[in-house]
Amino acid sequence: MAQTTAGHQSHAGHEHAPQAFIWRYVFSKDHKVIGIQYYLTAMLMAWVAGLLAMLIRLQLAWPEKTWPVLGSFLKSGFSDGVMNPEFYAMLFTMHGTIMVFFVLSTAPVSGFGNLLIPLQCGARDMAFPFLNALSYWTFLPGCIIILTSFFVGAGAAAGGWTSYPPLSALRNAVPGSEIGQTFWIVGMVFFIASFTMGGLNFLTTILNLRAKGLSLFRLPLTMWSMLLVAILGLLAFPALTGASLMLLLDRHFGTSFFIPAGLAVSGQALVGPDGAPLHQGGSPLLWQHLFWFLGHPEVYILMLPALGFTSDIIATFSRRPIFGYKTMAAAMVTIAGLSFVVWGHHMFVSGMSPYLGMAFAVGTMLIAVPSAVKVFNWLATLWRSRIIFKTPMLWAMGVVSLFISGGLSGILLGQSAVDIHLHDTYFVVAHFHLIMAGAALFGVFGATAYWFPKMFGRMMNETLGKLHFWFTFVAYYCVFFPMHYTGLAGHMRRIYDPYQYTFLKELQPINQFITISAFVLGSSQLIFLANLLWSAFKGAKASDNPWNAGGLEWTTSSPPGHGNWVGEIPEVFRSPYDYAVPGVEADHVMQTDPAPVGERDPHHGH
Amino acid sequence: MSKLQGLLFGLATVVLVVVATFLFTKPWMPPLKSDRGAIDDAIWISLAVTGFVFVVTNLMLAWFAFRYQDHPGAKASYWHDDPRLEWGWTVATAIVMFIFLFKALGLWAQVTAAAPPDAFVVEITGQQFAWNVRYPGPDGVFGKTDFKLVDPAGLNFIGLDHTDPAARDDITLQNQLFLPEGRPVRVRIRSLDVIHSFFLPDFRVKQDAMPGMTTETWFVPRQSGVYEIACAEHCGLGHYRMRGQLTVVPPGELDAKIKEATGE
Repeated sequence: MAQTTAGHQSHAGHEHAPQAFIWRYVFSKDHKVIGIQYYLTAMLMAWVAGLLAMLIRLQLAWPEKTWPVLGSFLKSGFSDGVMNPEFYAMLFTMHGTIMVFFVLSTAPVSGFGNLLIPLQCGARDMAFPFLNALSYWTFLPGCIIILTSFFVGAGAAAGGWTSYPPLSALRNAVPGSEIGQTFWIVGMVFFIASFTMGGLNFLTTILNLRAKGLSLFRLPLTMWSMLLVAILGLLAFPALTGASLMLLLDRHFGTSFFIPAGLAVSGQALVGPDGAPLHQGGSPLLWQHLFWFLGHPEVYILMLPALGFTSDIIATFSRRPIFGYKTMAAAMVTIAGLSFVVWGHHMFVSGMSPYLGMAFAVGTMLIAVPSAVKVFNWLATLWRSRIIFKTPMLWAMGVVSLFISGGLSGILLGQSAVDIHLHDTYFVVAHFHLIMAGAALFGVFGATAYWFPKMFGRMMNETLGKLHFWFTFVAYYCVFFPMHYTGLAGHMRRIYDPYQYTFLKELQPINQFITISAFVLGSSQLIFLANLLWSAFKGAKASDNPWNAGGLEWTTSSPPGHGNWVGEIPEVFRSPYDYAVPGVEADHVMQTDPAPVGERDPHHGH
Repeated sequence: MSKLQGLLFGLATVVLVVVATFLFTKPWMPPLKSDRGAIDDAIWISLAVTGFVFVVTNLMLAWFAFRYQDHPGAKASYWHDDPRLEWGWTVATAIVMFIFLFKALGLWAQVTAAAPPDAFVVEITGQQFAWNVRYPGPDGVFGKTDFKLVDPAGLNFIGLDHTDPAARDDITLQNQLFLPEGRPVRVRIRSLDVIHSFFLPDFRVKQDAMPGMTTETWFVPRQSGVYEIACAEHCGLGHYRMRGQLTVVPPGELDAKIKEATGE
């Protein structure tokens, strides 16, 4: 239901932005400030997780070499310049955890979601501004707990980002499984609590606070993605919350949700002083089901916003209405729905019933259909368009490219029997880094360049932006594409020294190529950092609508003030993608334009 | 500037397509040594079909980036819906996916079907960081095990209960697995501590060792030789060195090989 404009007016008329720095920029309830806070925190976490990845790559390329200088910085991670295996396990565990939750869920969803939902829906703020601020201030402690875990006890969690028990449940199974894993669980619970608050806000705002005339089918596709992400998060995360708490109980309070009887760790039977088993009746498979019940919708939480950004950006810079708008929205709804019935494809070789494996293969193969439809519709949008290659457009094209490359390998992995050979190999690493991580990351970079005017009132530097894109795009493919080949060769994931195996020895040169590419990829992010900082303070002042885009967010100032619009919230009359409308002189029609002169196609009246 | 970007994007995409396609035609998988050729076939068919789509969609992307760049006088077409076209490619994709699915389910049913009753049976028990191999011995029955009897110092790694008559002739080995060539082999897989994954890259075999459960898989080794057993599931610090050796021998030589390995 669209909100009445009267409601907006009273908000705008009576409230001013707080003046004191601490209330305006730190404990702000303004969605734009909160969005930027989320975004910058996520970017900071990205540097941490990225540096962890660099260390992983270093070890994979040259496990036989010593690194005395690194060792002197990271004393607990290295012995005599050689990386310790336990440190390596922490690296990949925390790289995955931080990237998936604290970077790629946070930056697109919590960051751009908060920034864009009121602006694209025509609201003064999110529905619950206090809850919104509380959400950020719950997220931040989560980040701090996760980062602190490196410095407690034997170090951070080391059981993989999936934290499969018993490895994560038995405190003596791996060093990081001591107190680091507990920090991991507590950090995750903070994250989930904050994400849930955000989700409630997203859902309420998009459903209830849309401007007059802004029907669901006039929403930008970014808003569709945010709506779906909120629903996915609210339905899927409780499974991980429950599982995390159960894992905590198993670890500290002697329960046996995930730990079966009959285990002996390091030659010691797990029995109490009376000879009775310490654990009985638990199932490690239960954790996998609960984890992936969240975990698979979670990858779409990362990806859907990027698909939304990409549609918005492609329409703007190809100067064409997005092709098949309703199909694009329907495809996202279908993907989101199917994402709840595919989780078992992570467990084809786990020992669960083969019949379940069949059911999950069906869902997995079906999800390829709406995904392919999205690609076809983007290509149709580009066909006979007029592409303006500004930085945001390059990133959006990058998303399409990665979505194709990463999506196709999913067709192999979805075939359960083929997955027998490829499961837990670098083929999987290639697949999800291209489609989930890469598309999400490129989406965030594109969104940053595109909506920068609404974040900081300035334009990002185009030359630095293009340079950053080209280094990242080429290096990204050089890092992740060859992993398909090493995966086919059988290269397992999470291997501290692959060359212990004869059949992996010949892959060392490829790993070295990947590592050098990864260093290029990592260091080219310095260009982005420089551009972000320089442009935020010194960039050219942005006009209200620098890209000549049609959406509602471009009808207000850059950056929008407190309350987002001066005076009344504009009424919406059409799609945000009305470009190249026949008979109209300007090549775009604003969403708020009632009826441009000479328009002959009334398609907008959905 | 814009002109250059479109050209660059097109070129980069074409380079990606050419290099990726060239490299995918190389034989990356270790030569197959088991009866699971159907998995390899499925991989090659999938690579061919997805490869075709990869090439076509990428070339379209490259061409559009180059061809439809903004230039003075350029006009974008106003064309935003075409239900027939959209239904067409949705249904076409769905048909292709259903064919894949049909094939994939059949293959899965074949691979996960029960082992033939006359299969050679062996038990693998994963532990941090070794593979324990057990043969039932002449009686063909595995003896009882009890985790409380696990005693690495006494070389009883899996807690074999020596009071059980069926256990007396059980043969145990560590990190050495001997299998007969050309005979179906049924592998019972267990774990003593955390999750491991029994991975035979040359045989397209992978099955998790799940604590509290006994999982199973079966296959036919086709060629005598020495191969590697890998652990594919992160199981702790020594995961990377949880490496075993699989030796496939002609059936007649199996007993002698096992005897030799046990030092009897």
